[in-house]
Amino acid sequence: MSSTVISHSAEHHDSHGHHHEESFIRKYIFSGDHKMIAKQFLITGIIMAVFGMMLSVLFRIQLAWPDKEFPILEVFLGKWAEGGRIRPDFFLSLVTIHGTIMVFFVLTAGLSGTFSNLLIPYQIGARDMASPTMNMLSYWLFFVASVIMIGSFFVESGPASSGWTIYPPLSAVPTAISGSGTGMTMWLISMVLFVASQLIGGINYVSTILNMRTKGMDLWKMPLTIWAFFLTAIVGMLSFPVLVSAVVLLIFDRSAGTSFYLSDLVVQGQILPNEGGSPILFQHLFWFLGHPEVYIVVMPAFGITSEVIATNSRKPIFGYHAMVYSLIGISTLSMIVWGHHMFVTGMSPFLGGVFMITTLIIAVPSAVKAFNYIATLWRGNIRFTPAMMFAIGMVSFFISGGVTGIFLGNATLDINLHDTYFVIAHFHLVMGSASIFGMLCGVYHWYPKMFGRMMNTKLGYLHFWLTFIGAYLVFFPMHFMGIDGVPRRYYAFTEFAFMEKWVSVNLLVTWAAIIAAFGQVAFLWNFFSSIYKGKKASQNPWQANTLEWTTPVEHIHGNWPGEIPTVHRWPYDYSKPGHGEDFIPQHVPFSETMGSNLPHDFEGDEEAERIQAEWNAQNGRKD
Amino acid sequence: MLDTQTETDEKLVQRKAQKFSLWLGMLGMFMMFAAWSSGFIVYSASGVDKGIKTLLPDTFIYSTLSIVVSSLTMFLAHKAAKNDDSTKQRLFLLITFVLGIVFFALQVHAWSVLTDRGVYFVNNNASQSFIYAFTGLHLAHIIAGLIVLVVAIIGITKLPKDGNLFRMDLASIFWHFLDLLWIYIYVFLLLNQ
Repeated sequence: MSSTVISHSAEHHDSHGHHHEESFIRKYIFSGDHKMIAKQFLITGIIMAVFGMMLSVLFRIQLAWPDKEFPILEVFLGKWAEGGRIRPDFFLSLVTIHGTIMVFFVLTAGLSGTFSNLLIPYQIGARDMASPTMNMLSYWLFFVASVIMIGSFFVESGPASSGWTIYPPLSAVPTAISGSGTGMTMWLISMVLFVASQLIGGINYVSTILNMRTKGMDLWKMPLTIWAFFLTAIVGMLSFPVLVSAVVLLIFDRSAGTSFYLSDLVVQGQILPNEGGSPILFQHLFWFLGHPEVYIVVMPAFGITSEVIATNSRKPIFGYHAMVYSLIGISTLSMIVWGHHMFVTGMSPFLGGVFMITTLIIAVPSAVKAFNYIATLWRGNIRFTPAMMFAIGMVSFFISGGVTGIFLGNATLDINLHDTYFVIAHFHLVMGSASIFGMLCGVYHWYPKMFGRMMNTKLGYLHFWLTFIGAYLVFFPMHFMGIDGVPRRYYAFTEFAFMEKWVSVNLLVTWAAIIAAFGQVAFLWNFFSSIYKGKKASQNPWQANTLEWTTPVEHIHGNWPGEIPTVHRWPYDYSKPGHGEDFIPQHVPFSETMGSNLPHDFEGDEEAERIQAEWNAQNGRKD
Repeated sequence: MLDTQTETDEKLVQRKAQKFSLWLGMLGMFMMFAAWSSGFIVYSASGVDKGIKTLLPDTFIYSTLSIVVSSLTMFLAHKAAKNDDSTKQRLFLLITFVLGIVFFALQVHAWSVLTDRGVYFVNNNASQSFIYAFTGLHLAHIIAGLIVLVVAIIGITKLPKDGNLFRMDLASIFWHFLDLLWIYIYVFLLLNQ
C-alpha cells in the first residue's frame, strides 16, 4: 500500500508568519490571495453571465413574437420597449452587449480568471502568484470594466449597438446611431480597462508557471490544465495589446477627427470631413485579437476537461504529449487565421486561400484533442459526477460545432454563409457552449477546493440535462436557417417574405432558451446555497492526483502549512496495474510504489532502474 | 536557520518571477507598436497619396541623442547601486530623469515643427497621423518610465540594499526598453519617410 495520506500537516513549522489575522478588507475585498481572487472572478463572472443570458432571452422574445406586445417589458425597460415591444435600436444593443459580455467578461475573465488563479499556484506547487498585488489589480480592473459595461444601460442614448466586433463606421461616428454615442464611449473605456486587466493577469500566470514550480515539477509533469492556462495567457499577451492599438485609433477617429478608419461618409445628411481611412484596417487589427480570442476562450476549457475526464475515467489521459503539442499547435495557428473572418471584404483570393489553408489545418490539432478525449473515456471506469457530465458535454459541443468550422473556413462556402445564422450556430456551439460547459465542469469539480463543501449532485444533473438539451435545441436549428440565407442580427423575421417561414422555428428556439435559462436557477441555487449548507468536503473528494488536493480543506495563506510537496511523477497515474488503489498522487515517490513502477517511469535513471530490478527479483515481479 | 533559508529562497524565486513578468509586459507593450507598424504599412500601401510625404524633423535626432545618453547614465546609476554607492546612484538617476524630461520636451517640439509644416494629427492622410500616434504612445510610456525613476530614487533611502538593487534592476531594464523602443520607432519611420 502506498501512502495517500498527506503527512505535511504533521510538520507544524510555519516559517511564513501567514497566520496573523487579516482585516476584513484585506481578506475579502482587496485580497492578494489567489484563492480569494479566483472566487471574486468566478462570482463576478457568474453575475455577468446571468446578465448576458437575460439579454439573450429578451432578444429571443422579440424574434419569436415579433408582433406581440409584452407590457411587462415596458415596466422594466421603459422607452426601450415602448408599448411592450423591444425597439429595433435596443435590439441591436442587446445583441452587442450580449456578445461582449459573454465573450470577454464571462468566457475570458470568468473562465481564465477563475481557474488560472485558483489552479496555477495549487497545481504547480506555489504559495501564491508571482505578484499578488498585480493579481489584485487585475481583478479590480475587471470589476470596474464590468460596472462600466453594465452602466452603459443607464445612459440616455443606450448601450453600444454596433455589434460586439464594433466595426467602424458605426462605432467611429458618434452621431451614426443612438448606440454610437455615449454607450460606445463607455464600451471603449470598459474594454481598455478589461484588456489591462487581462494583460496584468496573463503576465502573472505565465511568469508564475515558468518560475515558481515546486521541486520536481518539470514542464512535462504539469497537468494539462496548467499547459492550457499557460498557452492561453501567452496567446492573450500577444493579441490583446493589438486590440488596444485598434481601439486607440478608433478613439482618435471618434474624438479627435482623424481618418484612420473613416472615408467618404454622409451621416444624417451631413458630409463628414474624414477622407482616406479604411474600415478594413480596423477589421484586420480587430480580428488579429478576435480570432486568438476564441481560442483564449476555449483552451482553458480544454485543460479543465482533460483533467476532469482523466480523473473520472480513472485512466491516464490518452496521449498526454499529443494533447500538449495540439494545444501548442492551436495556439500558433490561432495567430495566423484571422483573415477567415474577412473573406467577403474584397480580400485578394490568393490571400483568402492562404487564410483558408491555415484555418483548415486547425482541424488537425482539434481532432487530435477530440479523439484523445474519446480514447480516454474508452473502457474507462467512468464516474458520472456532474463535472464529468459537463466535460463530456463539452466534448460533444466541440465536435458538433467544430465540424461546421470546416464549412465556414472554406472561402467559397463562406461567401454564402457569412453573416447568417449558420455562423451563429457554429460559434455558439464550438466556443460558446463548449467553453461554458468547460467552465461549469470546472466549477463542479473544484467547488470543494474553493469552498470546502460539495455541491448537490442531483441538482447538478438537472442543471446539466436542461442546459445540454436546451443548448442543442437553441443552436442546432440555426444551421438550417443559415443555409437558407437568414442573416444574423435582423430585428423582425416578419418583415421579409423569405424569412417568415422561420418564425415557427424561432418559437421553438426561444422556448428552449427560456427553459434552459430557468435551468440555470438550479445551478445558481446549488452554487450559493452549498457555500453554507453543502456537505463538508474531504481533502481529496475525487481521488485525484494533482497537488491542489494535498492542501488542507481550510484555506490558509501560502496553501501548504509546511513545506511544499515535491513532485515525483506525472499527474495521470490512474489505475496503474500493480498498485492497490486506482490513483497515485503526484507527490508520492516511486520508492513507495515499487509494485507498480514501469521501466519508462525512471526516464533513463540507471540507479533507479537497478534498484527496481533488484526489488522485482526479490518480490517475484516480472518487468 | 533552515526557515530563514527557505524564506530567502522563496523571495529570490519571487523576484526572478517578477523580473520575468517585466519582460513579458514589455513584450505586450511592443505588440501594440507592432500592430500599428503593420497597420501603417498596410495603410501607406493603399494609395499613391498615402505615406508620410514629409521629412522627419531634425529634432528627432536630438531627442534620440538625449534618450541614448540617458540610457548610459541609467547604466552608470545601476553600476553605482551594485557598488553600494548611493550618492552616485542618486546623481545618475537624477541626470537620467532630467534627460527623460528633455526627451519629452524635444518630442513635443518635433510635433510643433510638424504642425508648422502643415502636417497635422487630424489629417486625411492617416500615415501622417500615425507619426503622432507612434510618438504619443511612446511618450505615454516615457511618463510611466519617469514615474519608475522617481520610485527608484525613493528606493535609495527607503529600501535595504538588496531591495534597492532589485528595484534598480527593474527600472533600468524598463528604461533601456524605452530607449530601444524609440529607436525602433524612429528607424521604422525613417525607412518609410
